[in-house]
Amino acid sequence: MTAAVHPGCAVPLETTVLVVDGLRCAGCISKLEHGLAAVPGIAAARVNFTTRRVRVDHLAEVSEAEILSSIAGLGFSAHVFAGEGQDASKRESRTLVLAMAVAGFAAMNVMLLSVSIWSGADGATRTLFHWLSALIALPAVAYSGRPFFTSAWAVLRKGRTNMDVPISIGVVLTLAMSLYETAIGGPHAYFDGVVMLLFFLLCGRFLDSVMRARAEDGVSALLGRMPLDAAIIGRDGTVTRRAIDEIAPAMHLLVAAGEYIAADGIVLEGTSEIDRSLVTGESLPEPASFGSTVLAGTINLLAPLTIRVTKAGRDTAIADIARLMESAGQAKSRYVRIADRASRLYAPAVHSLAALTFAGWFLAGVGVHQAAITAVAVLIITCPCALGLAVPIAQVVVAGALMRRGVLVKDGSALELLAKADTVLLDKTGTITLGRPVVTGGLPETPWERAALLAVARASRHPVARAIEHALSSVEAAEASNLQEIPGLGIAARIDGVEARLGRPDWIGAPEANGETCFRLGDYPVRLLTIQDEPRPDAAEAIRRLKQENLACEMLSGDAAPIVSALANRLDIAGSARMTPDSKRAVVSELEANGKHVLMVGDGLNDGPALKAASVSMAPATATDVGRLTADLLFLGDRLMSVPIAIAAARRTMHVIRQNFALAVGYNLLAVPLAIAGRVTPLVAALAMSVSSLLVVGNALRLRSAAR
Amino acid sequence: MNGLALLIPIALALGLSALAAFFWAARSGQFDDLDGAALRILIDEQPTAPAEPEE
Repeated sequence: MTAAVHPGCAVPLETTVLVVDGLRCAGCISKLEHGLAAVPGIAAARVNFTTRRVRVDHLAEVSEAEILSSIAGLGFSAHVFAGEGQDASKRESRTLVLAMAVAGFAAMNVMLLSVSIWSGADGATRTLFHWLSALIALPAVAYSGRPFFTSAWAVLRKGRTNMDVPISIGVVLTLAMSLYETAIGGPHAYFDGVVMLLFFLLCGRFLDSVMRARAEDGVSALLGRMPLDAAIIGRDGTVTRRAIDEIAPAMHLLVAAGEYIAADGIVLEGTSEIDRSLVTGESLPEPASFGSTVLAGTINLLAPLTIRVTKAGRDTAIADIARLMESAGQAKSRYVRIADRASRLYAPAVHSLAALTFAGWFLAGVGVHQAAITAVAVLIITCPCALGLAVPIAQVVVAGALMRRGVLVKDGSALELLAKADTVLLDKTGTITLGRPVVTGGLPETPWERAALLAVARASRHPVARAIEHALSSVEAAEASNLQEIPGLGIAARIDGVEARLGRPDWIGAPEANGETCFRLGDYPVRLLTIQDEPRPDAAEAIRRLKQENLACEMLSGDAAPIVSALANRLDIAGSARMTPDSKRAVVSELEANGKHVLMVGDGLNDGPALKAASVSMAPATATDVGRLTADLLFLGDRLMSVPIAIAAARRTMHVIRQNFALAVGYNLLAVPLAIAGRVTPLVAALAMSVSSLLVVGNALRLRSAAR
Repeated sequence: MNGLALLIPIALALGLSALAAFFWAARSGQFDDLDGAALRILIDEQPTAPAEPEE
């Protein structure tokens, strides 16, 4: 589409895949693609609207951050797509869709021949048509039956069984029986039934794999964010770069501005600010000077620091969290998907029914051939096509509805678990709050001061400065000269010959220094700016709706008690303060042990173990890699309302799935007695199968508007 | 019977060619972005020079 003829086309291009929020219409697609293609260094951009992703081909010198800021400049927000490891499930989807196409083709053509048999073709014509059907059905079953045969063989060798075992046995026995009938010129060939059955089953499998293909898997990104080497200061003062696993406690590290800190430690020299967003989700940087503790995986923002290492490698806080995450996650692996539970009951029931039918008719004295035909009819009529479609079709329809509301569902079982959730635990920073600083008051009123403030704030990449810039986006900036950013203190500039300063109160000359950000222009009074991390605009409303849906809500936070209780009162929710990653996990595990089903909503690395330990978890798309990879559902945008919406949609889905099971079972209750009695002909089998499958699909389509 | 000898192979060949077309389409990624394809038809002009950003 937008493949630009790029001057440097001979240069190898790199590809970056990003998840984009705010794509709504055709205009958005063209704006984003053309806008990105116009950026120097970007050769082409291609939007995938279904998955809300954009694939950018660019030169190696264009960094991820530059692409993200170009996208932001176009009015969209984007996040790096973490799960590159989804190729396997995509390949599976493709195999299934091809198998489905072959089965569909075979079903249509065999049906063409079958219709003429049903309408009265007899003798030589019928035998010819049966042979033709066999000619189509045998290769088609050999090709499209593979997903079932391989999986059935794999579990049988381990001495277990699954849904694929009765399917494979049913398909193979029916084919063999039909071939024999054809050879002796008999009337009961079920080639049409077999291929149609495979077609419906493959539809179910395909839908299920589409769900999983959306899942972003791969958990290794956690330690991938750590630097590979670090600058170590030797005893004689020389600086050498050494690999990260050579770092040991008591060594001295030199961390440049903008660099990841490689180990936990204590600051010996230098004054700077630390971005802890990777670890805590908190985006307001924390000041660091002599004696402060710093954690591995955080970023030194402003000025070089010398750090004495206290813990390195596998002992760091970040590695601790990684270990906690490995040990968590019991609740999820114990869960058995509803479709698997159904199939456990189903397989033995069907096989014993067919065996009993055979034995019964044989003892009644109809002969082996007639008894076998009846038993095969039982097998094919009970083959679980409606049952196989019942769950995936409902989940796919609702996942599509949720995606249109900005909620990504990673796995079908997540919806089943979400419907069962009765307790919601929410992290504070970045989940209930936006996780980015917002100016809430103290902005100067006079236009001249506002213009000057914007000019000064624009000079810095500091999150506070960015917040001010955002708050003053409607103002035209003044002309500033001598712009100077002093690490740890603030920014100074001259505006029309007047001194302007933005930064710490004591540096600006404010009467009392209480840690806020101040601004002063010349002789104007000092302006005290309040900058806070604000709750999401609909947080209170979302929490009210969660309570209406009979969910117990609680807020967990690592912050101090006064801050937490203030927000808790404002939003009318219970709150726990000073929670460590492990105590958050402990709260979740205790509730789970008491039989509760917990939905954990969190974003930071410190929420990782809790997200993993909970039955089901949700994270904002702006979360840290760990949050995004661990959570079962992600929501885009600023709305916390996505959480109650997803729960309501999941509950509706389970309702429809139960109805679908009732439909499938009801169909079997009607059809099986007929089959056992030997009254089922190939025509009846074909009709019964397609009608029950269509009913299930139609019922599931009602979920299209479930995300409310 | 003569009609059948002609018509059945034709029907099968038509079906097979449709199947082959579907295989090609699935392999070449035609079904990767169904929602997007529905919207792209509404984008009216293609920029001739991508270096010139359009409004």
